[in-house]
Amino acid sequence: MKAVLALEDGSWFQGTAAGAAGRASGEVVFNTGMTGYQEILTDPSYAGQIVTMTCPEIGNYGVVGDDVESRAPKVAGFVMRSESLIPSNWRADGSLRDYLTACGVVAIAGVDTRALTRRLRSAGVMRGVIGTGDVDPDALVEQARQAPSMVGADLVQTVSCAAAFDWPPEGAVSGNGGYDVEPVRRSERRFRVAAWDFGMKWNILRRFVAYGCDVRVYPASTPAAVLLADQPDGVFLSNGPGDPAALPYVVENVRAVVASETPTFGICLGHQVLGLAIGARTFKLKFGHRGSNHPVKQLETGKVEITSQNHGFAVDPATLPSDVMVTHVNLYDNTLEGFRHRTRPLFSVQYHPEASPGPHDADYLFGLFVDAMERS
Amino acid sequence: MPRRQDVKRVLVLGAGPIVIGQACEFDYSGSQACKALRSEGLEVVLVNSNPATIMTDPELADRTYVEPLTPEIVEAIIARERPDALLPTVGGQTALNLAMALAKAGVLERYGVRLIGASVAAIDVAEDRLKFRDAMREIGIDVPESGYARSLDEAVALVKTTGFPSIIRPSFTLGGVGGGIAYNIEEFHEIVRRGLAMSPVHEILIEESLIGWKEYELEVMRDAADNFVVICSIENIDPMGVHTGDSITVAPALTLTDKEYQRMRDAARRIITRVGVETGGSNIQFAVDPKNGRMIAIEMNPRVSRSSALASKATGFPIAKIAAKLALGYHLDEIPNDITRLTPASFEPTIDYVVVKVPRWNFEKFPEADRTLTTQMKSVGEAMAIGRTFQEAFMKGIRSLELGRASLLFDDAVCRDEDDDGLRQRLLTPNDRRMWAVFEALERGWSTADLHELTNIDPWFLAQFADLARRRSSLRGKSLADVGDDELRDLKRAGFGDAQLAMCLGTSEKSVRERRAKSGLRPAYKRIDTCAAEFESFTPYLYGTYESECEADPTPRRKAIILGSGPNRIGQGIEFDYCCCHAVFGLRDEGFETVMVNCNPETVSTDYDTSDRLYFEPLTLEDVLAIVDRERAAGGEVSCLVQFGGQTPLKLSTALHRAGVPILGTSPDSIDLAEDRKRFAALLNELGIPQPASGTATSREEARDVAASIGYPVVVRPSYVLGGRAMAIVYDPGALDRYMTTAVDASPEHPVLVDRFLEDAFELDVDAVGDATGAVVIGGIMEHIEEAGIHSGDSSCVVPPFLVADRHLETIRGYMRRIAKALGVVGLMNAQFAIKSDVVYVLEVNPRASRTVPYLSKATGVPLAKVAARVMGGRSLAELGFTHDLTVEGVFVKSPVFPFIRFPGVDTILGPEMKSTGEVMGGATSFGAAFAKAQMSVGQELPTEGTVFISVNNDDKPNVLQVARDLADLGFQIVATRGTAAYLRAHGLEATTVFKVNEGRPNVADQVVNGQVHLILNTPLGRASFFDDRTVRRAAMMHSVPCITTLTGGAAAVSAIRAIRSDKLDVRALQDYYAVTATSSTP
Repeated sequence: MKAVLALEDGSWFQGTAAGAAGRASGEVVFNTGMTGYQEILTDPSYAGQIVTMTCPEIGNYGVVGDDVESRAPKVAGFVMRSESLIPSNWRADGSLRDYLTACGVVAIAGVDTRALTRRLRSAGVMRGVIGTGDVDPDALVEQARQAPSMVGADLVQTVSCAAAFDWPPEGAVSGNGGYDVEPVRRSERRFRVAAWDFGMKWNILRRFVAYGCDVRVYPASTPAAVLLADQPDGVFLSNGPGDPAALPYVVENVRAVVASETPTFGICLGHQVLGLAIGARTFKLKFGHRGSNHPVKQLETGKVEITSQNHGFAVDPATLPSDVMVTHVNLYDNTLEGFRHRTRPLFSVQYHPEASPGPHDADYLFGLFVDAMERS
Repeated sequence: MPRRQDVKRVLVLGAGPIVIGQACEFDYSGSQACKALRSEGLEVVLVNSNPATIMTDPELADRTYVEPLTPEIVEAIIARERPDALLPTVGGQTALNLAMALAKAGVLERYGVRLIGASVAAIDVAEDRLKFRDAMREIGIDVPESGYARSLDEAVALVKTTGFPSIIRPSFTLGGVGGGIAYNIEEFHEIVRRGLAMSPVHEILIEESLIGWKEYELEVMRDAADNFVVICSIENIDPMGVHTGDSITVAPALTLTDKEYQRMRDAARRIITRVGVETGGSNIQFAVDPKNGRMIAIEMNPRVSRSSALASKATGFPIAKIAAKLALGYHLDEIPNDITRLTPASFEPTIDYVVVKVPRWNFEKFPEADRTLTTQMKSVGEAMAIGRTFQEAFMKGIRSLELGRASLLFDDAVCRDEDDDGLRQRLLTPNDRRMWAVFEALERGWSTADLHELTNIDPWFLAQFADLARRRSSLRGKSLADVGDDELRDLKRAGFGDAQLAMCLGTSEKSVRERRAKSGLRPAYKRIDTCAAEFESFTPYLYGTYESECEADPTPRRKAIILGSGPNRIGQGIEFDYCCCHAVFGLRDEGFETVMVNCNPETVSTDYDTSDRLYFEPLTLEDVLAIVDRERAAGGEVSCLVQFGGQTPLKLSTALHRAGVPILGTSPDSIDLAEDRKRFAALLNELGIPQPASGTATSREEARDVAASIGYPVVVRPSYVLGGRAMAIVYDPGALDRYMTTAVDASPEHPVLVDRFLEDAFELDVDAVGDATGAVVIGGIMEHIEEAGIHSGDSSCVVPPFLVADRHLETIRGYMRRIAKALGVVGLMNAQFAIKSDVVYVLEVNPRASRTVPYLSKATGVPLAKVAARVMGGRSLAELGFTHDLTVEGVFVKSPVFPFIRFPGVDTILGPEMKSTGEVMGGATSFGAAFAKAQMSVGQELPTEGTVFISVNNDDKPNVLQVARDLADLGFQIVATRGTAAYLRAHGLEATTVFKVNEGRPNVADQVVNGQVHLILNTPLGRASFFDDRTVRRAAMMHSVPCITTLTGGAAAVSAIRAIRSDKLDVRALQDYYAVTATSSTP
């Protein structure tokens, strides 16, 4: 079956349908990772986005029940150059096509994804629509122009959990994330972490467990008082989709946590809302960072980590208050990748130390959080 | 961190001659390292015995030594140059071993030389199997179960833990001889007994077999701050059991999930850290059990390797250059990425295309060789191809091999003729043609499940092959007109070449090309940018693909497209890549924008900063014409240079010319004239220049007639070949018939050339440059040390000539000038001459770059290829300051190296078909010393005392006397076969008689094995080689006893032994030779 991807700038790409039939609209972004399409599909931070894989051969190892970051795909749509003929891996449970179809994800293959990526790189991310079957490209372009903008949209509500729960709930994939080496734990004590779920990837939870933590997960709208009443050793602010500036209620709650002096750690959207809570500002990047190869420098040690990234907004380092220090910088474009409060037990990173997909270089950050909880 | 300040003068070790397993990739890595070090203001002292390299160009280092890579010689260089550091990681295993030997002998300590890039301890752990195993276990990484056994009992005890199939490797046998794979206990007993017997220390390694497992490689880098990056992941299509150099490989790895890939990455990081590679690149190989994902580390190379060359070309990340900078103490984040300019080197390249590497074998040169692929590498070269999908890259890769009809992949005659059992066998046992067997099996309807069962190739790849086969069958019975535009587009996107489609549709390649043009189907070019288009790229490093958007962005400048030489093969190797690089340098000086086209990932020519624009594409007419079209689109004149890359581009010259593409330099018609026997003979007649009587034949009968009219012996060969492919000397009509029926497919388009063979003649090679004004400068006259009949590429030669009379040299110069003028040569011209009975004959003239150009350039200090390229770009020789023939200070000997050790059962005798893979150069002030150095460089350590075995044929007996007498005078004992011994004794020389192999025991082969013979002089007994000679020659090779098969070689050996005995071999930098040349040539 034919399919078309149309963009708001009037361009469109012809391809073939590679998932569910129908139409899907969203912000078209690209990810440069060469492995981990299934983790990407199920990463809730991609809610509202049509993800293009720059790696041309997709679906080769099929889908694996264990390699998911949430219960089902969260992307708005999926774009590939070449869809695998068969899945081949000893762990594969089925083909990508069947999975996308069963989960209702509209996908397109056969697209010149490099041309698309170059367009997004030069013009910035833009809205788009995938339509399958006999569609009029011009109508799709029009539909893309009508699609809601990412800026100012609260997408967290669409992916956060409905009620608090202890990890792992029924049906979740627990384990340690497939790592070969267990982390060195400096404390025998088990810590209780309260995690605000803005669209959390499961591997964050798996890593907390690997570092000896028990985690209780709370819906994004849970008031700080409710969360703190459970007396956690530390508070975690999760990753999630969309514009941090559209989440005043979250920022308000985080401010209360900051005031409580409870050790707090944020990742991605969690890092952005922490930044807003301490008075910094956020802005939208032209085409974002999405992939598994970004170099991030840890300023204190000078060491470079290869990181997993997925964000379209960033914290403006110029707006950070003076009692906050920059700890990590992206070596591609010098954007802020992490900060730490000089006196309070607060720190966060823009990138994904839980990897999945991506390198495990930044796993030590979970250890730093445990250290912070140990100290307080 | 700024670079370390304690290093100011660095010694860089090269890899020596091209051999199987160590090819041009170390010219690429060495050149990059030299450039990187010098850009940091360091002084570079370079040692490499291989003159056919860009790295030994005198501009690349401060001091360049083309000297043997032995500990003694390198110590002498260290003593003279006093470097403070040694970089051992860019010259392959040769450099690594040499550095270890220097360290262990205390030389480095004595002269205060630090190893940079890899420490002795790290090299030790990586190279020693047991130390590596223990180190891996220490960090919790799985390795194959293994252990050493010194008896059958110990071996049987071991195999209980290692299991079957079992790999048995005898210790210290050359080339892994005596080892094997045992599938059951009986076989195991047999191989263990044999292995123990063959190992000089009676020890064998018993190892768990991982045959059939998936094989992966990671190319990784680490800096002094412990930053670690993976540059590229590579997946082998051929599973474990086939050497990775013999495997078809793919980048990136395609069948690993992120979880598995990250586990492998973590393991690689732990391994490089544990082994202790502090800075630089390493290659780590893993095996993965396809049934359960169990991952095992196989080995790691703590240096730049063939795979890192591939990874560099596959990603655009220059590993060798970065490794050199890291060795100086820089951190990855302090080095910019050249391609994106704005981002640092501390990242992991991501690619948005698929890369396939396909090995190129040369078994046709060694018909007796076993074509089974095992853990020992047998291929001589490789092609790399890039496409947007695996299918496209794979099809381009096969097309790049230039295998003639076999490059079409389908309908392979050899596999088609096999019955099902035979085909099954071809699939079961890995061999060089297994991929063709896969396609034949698919054609017969075998399922991918069956194929997986037989080959263990991952089902993902088999599904791709099946899809290609399906596309091909869908064309059955169709004509070109029946294929719709969409269908044609799909086929092109799947990588089908025009020639392939023409075969499937029963039409011509030209018709397919015209149809494509009509349908608007032409390739777009995408950039290799290290980052999947995330950032803008500033380097036009391109590959072709059928996609919507083209990023070639050609300029309107005047351009020269230089066609490279494709995959290495015997007869067409690094010499031609060297020439192509110089074409770029020369044409750039002349104001051309230079555009390189090549598909060999090992080369300097495919470095993105060698030419202005690089197209990594197959060298076929289809691909080249598409590039010409694209480059023309922006305006500006586009011409092609076809004369520097060997036969690969030369074959295209006529077709390109016909398609209206201007050819730089000597016209395609002149090239054709020189290749066309009849036209060329007529020209020589007209010029009154003697040539051996010759003729052409298109049938057996015709060949007999021609041979009868010119007289036996004759040299026969197909037209348009390089490296003496299928060339033979034939002494009688019977042998001629056999040749015509079995060796060649003669046809009116491809006649067989028949020349009178000048026995016992002197042969000479001459290279010259001619310009458009008719001026000709002779680069040098090189005298062959071996007699006529041995391919010039296999013959040692010397410049300046030392046995040929001056008047003959004058005659040769005169002939060269007249022929060059008559042919209108603009650029390089090579000719071969023979002198017999005081007559100078022209054997062959080729108006193009020859194999000897780099050697001669190194000897004279003048980059002939670059000069020629500038001349082809419009300059005159006079304008460039070349008005006299070139001169040489000192004596330079070139000697070939052979791959025989890799091919048990193959005779090592030389003949008109070229068999050497590479060459070395020895330089000195006397012929003897230069020849001795050349012999040292090829690994032939000439004895200075001991016993020489002499066995020569009757014709040679009178002439062997002088050599024998000289050896006796030097104190050698002589043993000889009955006839030779009697002859020597009759002429007053003492000689002990020894049995021939077929005469009884103990015979000469026993004596060789027992170390009682130290030098062998054995000329072939008669017209064909006999079993006896063969056994002796092979025994000599296995026990490293120099074996000389010609009398002139014998005389040269005598001078060399004298030189070694009389004075210690001195070392001298090329720059010092040239300083003298420059002074002496100033009027």
